[in-house]
Formats: sequence, C-alpha cells, structure tokens
Amino acid sequence: MSDRIGDGILYGLCTLAALLGVAVLLLIGYQVVDGASPAISKFGLGFVFHTTWQPNFNVYGAGTVLFGTIVSSFVALAIGAPIAVAIGLFLSLLAPKGVRGAISPLVEMLAAIPSVILGFWGIIVFAPFVRSDIEPWLHDALGFIPLFGPSQTTGASVFTASLILVIMIIPIVASISRDLFLAVPGDVQDGAGALGATRWEVVRGVVLPSTASGIVAASLLGLGRALGEAIAVTQVIGSGSAIHASLFETGDTMAARIANQFPGYLNELHAASLYYLGLILLAIGLLSNLLAQWIGHRFEYAGATR
Amino acid sequence: MKAIEAGLEEVGFDPTAPLTASGNLRRRRVVNRLAEWGATGSALLAVGVLAIVVYTVAARGLPAISLEFLTTGEPTGILPAIVGTLVIVALATAVAMPVGVLIALYLTEFASGGRIDRTVRLTLDLINGVPSIVIGITVFGLLVYGRPQFAFAGSVALAIIELPLIARGSQEVLLLVPAGLREAAEALGVSRWRTVLGVILPSALPGILTSTVLAVARAAGETAPLILLSSVFDGRSVSLNPGEALPNIPVTIFNLSEEANPEGFARAWGSSLVLLATILFASLCARALLARSRAGIER
Repeated sequence: MSDRIGDGILYGLCTLAALLGVAVLLLIGYQVVDGASPAISKFGLGFVFHTTWQPNFNVYGAGTVLFGTIVSSFVALAIGAPIAVAIGLFLSLLAPKGVRGAISPLVEMLAAIPSVILGFWGIIVFAPFVRSDIEPWLHDALGFIPLFGPSQTTGASVFTASLILVIMIIPIVASISRDLFLAVPGDVQDGAGALGATRWEVVRGVVLPSTASGIVAASLLGLGRALGEAIAVTQVIGSGSAIHASLFETGDTMAARIANQFPGYLNELHAASLYYLGLILLAIGLLSNLLAQWIGHRFEYAGATR
Repeated sequence: MKAIEAGLEEVGFDPTAPLTASGNLRRRRVVNRLAEWGATGSALLAVGVLAIVVYTVAARGLPAISLEFLTTGEPTGILPAIVGTLVIVALATAVAMPVGVLIALYLTEFASGGRIDRTVRLTLDLINGVPSIVIGITVFGLLVYGRPQFAFAGSVALAIIELPLIARGSQEVLLLVPAGLREAAEALGVSRWRTVLGVILPSALPGILTSTVLAVARAAGETAPLILLSSVFDGRSVSLNPGEALPNIPVTIFNLSEEANPEGFARAWGSSLVLLATILFASLCARALLARSRAGIER
C-alpha cells in the first residue's frame, strides 16, 4: 500500500517538475509580450524597422539596434565559425590523444569566463590593441570597402564587440563540431586515404560533407549566443545611436540597449519599448534554436539510415 | 606489346622513370600542410586567448588582493559582494537543483518516448537558448515591477538559467546507470520509488553533483539579470537578507568598469580574479569528478 502511495508521489512530483519547466518557458513568452504590449499598440510592427530611439521625445524604434545586432553577430560568426570548425578538426582528427585530452577542456574553459570579465578585459586591454593595431591595418589593406573605415578614438566599436563575441561562440561551435567529426565512421576516412587522398582531401571530401548540417546547427547555436549577449557587448560597443557603414564606429545591439537603459527607464512606454526589443530578441533566439534542433534532428536521422 | 609502348609514349608516360612527386602531388601536399597548420593554429589561438585573459586578470588582480580586500566592505574591500553572490547563487541552486533532478527523473524513469517528453526536452533546450537579459526583464516584470529590487528575484532568474543545465546533465548520467541495477531491484520486488531513491539516485549522485557545480559556475558569473534585479545596494556592510538588493561581484565589476576611475579599475581586477579563480577551480573539479564517476558507473 505504502509502495503504491510512494510511486504515486514520485510520479506526481516528477510530472509536476516537468510541467513547471514548460510553464517557465510559457511564462517568459507571456511576460515579454505583456510588458511590450503598450509599445506594440502604440508603434505596431513598424517599430521593428524604425530607426529613431529618443526616450526624451517618447519615440522608439528598433531599427538601429536591430542593425547593430545583426551586423555584430554575423561578423562574429563569419570569423568565429571557421576558426571553431578548424579547432574541431584539430581536436578530432589531427591531435594525438594526449594533446586532445589537454586542449579540449581548455577550449571549453573559454566558455566559463564570465561575460562581465571578458567585457572588462575587452575595454581595458583588448580595445586599445584593436584600435591601434588591427583596425588601421585592415583600413590600410581594405579601406576601399566602406566596412573598414578609419579607426575611432577609444577602440569601442562594433568590430571590437564582434571579436569579443568570437571568443564566446568559439567554445560552443568547436566542441559540437569536434563531437560531430569524431562520429564520422573511421573506415570511410580510411577508404579515402587508401585511394591516395591527403588528410585535407579526406576532410574536404568525406568529413565536412557528411557533417555539414551538423556544422550549420552548431553555428546557429553560436549565433543565438552572440545575438543575446548583453553585458560584454555593452562594455565594448560604445553605445552609439546611429547606423554607420564602418565596423570601426560605435553601435549598439538590442541586448546591450536593454542592459543599458532598463535599470533607469524613464516611463512606462520606455520600459515597454525595451520589452519589445526583448520580444524581438526572444523570437530570433528561439527561432535560431528551433532551426538548429530541427537540422540536428534531420542530421541524426540521415546518419541512422545511412 | 609494341603497341602499348607506343601508346604510353604518345601520352608522355615512361614506366621506367623513377617515382617522384609530380607538380600536382606537390601542390596537394602543400594544401594539406597549410590546412593542418591552419587547424593547429586555430587551436593554439583559442588556448592563447584563454591564457592571455587569465594572465591579465591574474597579473592585474593580484596586487589588489589583500586580507583587507577580502574581509571588509566598500570602499576598501568586497566582502559584502562575496557574501551576496554566495547567498543569491545558493538560493538559486536550492530552487533549481531539486526541480532539475526531478525533470531528469521524469525523462529517464517515467517518460515513454512520446510527444510529451519530446516537448519537455525541447523546452529545456529552448530555455537554455533564451538570452539571460530576457530572463532578467521577465523576472523583473513578474516580481519587481513597481517595488524595490530584492536579491531573491535575482535567485529566481539564476535558477531559470541553471535549470536546463542541471536537468540535461542529470539526465545524461541517469541514462548511464546500468539497466542491470534496475532489473535486479525489480526482480527483488522493490517498488519504483524505492528503486529510484535507494539505487538509481545514489549511483548517479556524483554526475548530478557535477552538472550542478557546472551550472553554479555558469550562474555565479551571470551579470545581465542582476543589474536589473539586485544592483541598487549598499556595498559597505554584509547582509544575508534576500528580501533586499544584495551587493554581488558581477554587478560590482560591471559598475566599476563603466566608471573611468583607476582606483575602481584596480578593485574591479581584484574582484574579477576572485570570481574567475573560483569559477575555473569549480569547473575543473567538476570535470575531474565527472571523468571519475563516468569511469565508475560504466565499469
């Protein structure tokens, strides 16, 4: 008898916890929509692309920060994903077992550095270096492209923020792609090797094509991380309020603007507009996550039937 | 024979010539070598960045750290912030760990592989993907809006961040518990809940603790929710009361980094070193524990 009650209680508790998990996600969605509703009814969907953000005049639009978010995240992904995939290749195919065992945890440890410390290091140590060395070099070499304008006074720029984001997404993408590459059957690689392919040709012809969808999924997870990072970006991006063609100018992202202005919001509409930014952020974040899950699932399925 | 030789001559192939790399093979080898260097260089770059950040924090933080720094309040030390962070993270873990483990048990012991547990699993991954600043404004709207900040609200936000990490980590180790243990208990007529409490949880405990420590390490450095939920505080005296805003290390570092004050920077480096050392030490220990417990269970 007591066993039946015990079983019932345990089952009840576990189910309750699982429901609580689902409820938390729904609650996040509800609260963000609810908080944003005054701004939604005032500005409508036009908010998303409107580029004026003037709290003093009670006019708000997400255009500038949406632009900054997309640019900084994609630059970060464009630099970070290839490096991370290369690290995954090194750890899974090149490194001897002992080296892999030593370097894998170190790469993952990059993800353990709190973003506030990375941002603090970014603005004090890294940004001056970016301003005095990397940016002028890029400007001299590629200055004819408007993206690479002259560097500005402080080193706080969209480009610096992107580089900090690179540091944050590398451990995520690298550890997932390492696991993907380790799962590629060895005999297929050996077969290519026996046909005379060099190691790189094995990677390009066998390993990368068979894991391509997984790599895309991993990059999407990295992108989600970059889109939502608030603190480190606030510290190094310079909180600019305009759209610039050059990456070396200041800018702002949605997450950074929330972190910057929410603690001291002026009135209800200001708070609601910040919630609206949070809603856009949540929507993009959940979408990229779902897409990654979907691609990852399809990849698993394809792997099982092959 | 003659015809074959003539044919070979026609295509410019001499079978008697010594085997040397043609231009094409040399090019392929060079490309291969470049790719290998690129991959190795990328790994070194990542490790180098880690080393530079850790070295900078250590080198600039050490001069700031003294007994006074660790045992007094502002403006000379950060003791209230250390205590506040401990309180906030401990409360968060006290909420997240039981719920997380129960969810993991639900997924491994009771779920039937149907639509509901796919939903639960997806939910955990989605919560893990919600930006922490969005979790911050959510908890702000639910608990703080129109009231003064209080530290427990911060704990709730950190608990939401920890929940998927603990649940997914625990689920992984629960799946590693050998089916034999479960079957043996069943064969002895032991009921489900006694099996779970007496057999399954104890053998998975090290793994559950590991994922909890990793989640705590992640939560301890979270800044975004706390600047909304526990940032208006008095950093001079130690307080344990989660009903008021408590000083904490991440917000302290953030505030100091936003001011252009050299003395403040020194304190920020010191605080960063305390936080970073704790987090790296905790995650190293957790990893070592995980490796050992995995070896133990799988034996």
